[in-house]
Amino acid sequence: MNSVVEARHIHVRYGAVEALHDITFGVPEGAFVSIIGPNGAGKTTLLSVLLGLESPTAGEARLFNRPPPALPAGMLGYIPQLKTMDRAFPALALELVATGLRRSWPWRVRLAEREACLAAMARTRVDHLAARPVSALSGGELQRIYLARCLVRRPRLLILDEPAAGMDAAGEADLYHLLLDYQRESGATVMMITHDWEGARVHASHVLLLNRTLHAFGPPAEAAREDRLLEVFHHAGHVEVSSGSVHHA
Amino acid sequence: MLEPFAYPFMQRALMGGILVGFLASYYGPFVVQRRLSFLGSGLAHAAFGGVALGLFLDMQPLWVALPFTVLVAAAIVWVGHRGRLAEDTTIGVFFAVSMALGVIFLSLRQGYTKDAFTYLFGSILAVTPADLWVTGAVALLTCCTFPLWGRWAYATFDRGLARSDRLAVLPHDYLLTIAVAVSVVVSIKVVGMVLVAAFLVLPAAAARMWTRNFAAMTLVSMAIGTGSVAVGLVVSYHANLPCGPVIILTQAAAFGAGLAVRRPARG
Repeated sequence: MNSVVEARHIHVRYGAVEALHDITFGVPEGAFVSIIGPNGAGKTTLLSVLLGLESPTAGEARLFNRPPPALPAGMLGYIPQLKTMDRAFPALALELVATGLRRSWPWRVRLAEREACLAAMARTRVDHLAARPVSALSGGELQRIYLARCLVRRPRLLILDEPAAGMDAAGEADLYHLLLDYQRESGATVMMITHDWEGARVHASHVLLLNRTLHAFGPPAEAAREDRLLEVFHHAGHVEVSSGSVHHA
Repeated sequence: MLEPFAYPFMQRALMGGILVGFLASYYGPFVVQRRLSFLGSGLAHAAFGGVALGLFLDMQPLWVALPFTVLVAAAIVWVGHRGRLAEDTTIGVFFAVSMALGVIFLSLRQGYTKDAFTYLFGSILAVTPADLWVTGAVALLTCCTFPLWGRWAYATFDRGLARSDRLAVLPHDYLLTIAVAVSVVVSIKVVGMVLVAAFLVLPAAAARMWTRNFAAMTLVSMAIGTGSVAVGLVVSYHANLPCGPVIILTQAAAFGAGLAVRRPARG
């Protein structure tokens, strides 16, 4: 099976710190990949490289056999970390979802767009919040708005940066079901950062265990084995770079 | 009420003020939401450096201030993009350097520097037809940027999200900042560099108090920016007060009223 997301010997270095070291993997079409790793493991950096927001110091990423910037934006659905969102920006939930169709900020949402957006919002059960300012939404509600924004364009690849952050256990389980439903219907590929090991074991087809280097990539039973997880998280924050090589301090 | 506008100089003041109000209050919401309120001050001071250079070279100050300020605007974006300094620090550096250069140029100039003070405090009642043509041309150019509003607003909301949608955010940053710079330069002759920054921030800040979405904020900002000029001119005429500050206080009243009625934001 062809890989729709490929990382080939990706290195990302910020000055003396190597955020990612020699990351290589291939994600088959239709996979559900949970990306797991401690804080500072380079998870968001990896997604930035895959999205084409950041250039690797060495190596390359390919999406659908193209460099990331060459991928038509409509094929990609991205949910950023919500803690970076500017809640002071005057926006209605419906407008935020409409950016998923427009790829620019709407002066006004046209009727056809409104219908498509409301349908996506109904799917994530937030259509009743359409006229609500984003500043008045809870973290869980915002996540569902962002998910609707993602789904409204019917992407073939979803890249999600901690979409479950700030959600309770029921909300998180619901999120998995929404993603799995969409995946079943569309055959899309999902890559998401999560801190929920259990959820990853149950729902993901692949786990990518990262701590600046790739510790494991494969089926959850193998890649998310308890001893592997403990080893990676035990060493969290103790990786340094010296003379171009990574070692544990 | 409308009696002041029987005089041609007041008609020109109204026209000039409305054009400046339109320019500043259209760009204002981007400036305010990007937390770049200091940009207006910085660019106005940069323009002062350019005006002083024009006076020193014995050239039309506006035509020297324009490229000078555009250059400073581009440099602010360029340095900001390199990511080592916060944007307000970058603006502060260029602000200080431009002012220092301006004072040196003025000190090197032989003779009286009254012209420079015209630019410091503006002279809305001395707006000439030529000023109106220049400001009108920039307003027309600004209308040509309307199709870019959605992209600028998107990048204002979330640069990363906009970039993931393949929006070339950096070239748009240059374009927006240069457009603000050009607007500031043509505005300082009318309202002065001290007040132009207020024109850029106050109507947008007031509009934010009254509105729930960015399109409405832009419209209300423009309504406050242009409406305050008419109200301010009438009030200043009858109360025999300087026009610029009265216009600013009118905008501040809209902001204060919004602040009083607005419920506190969540979280």
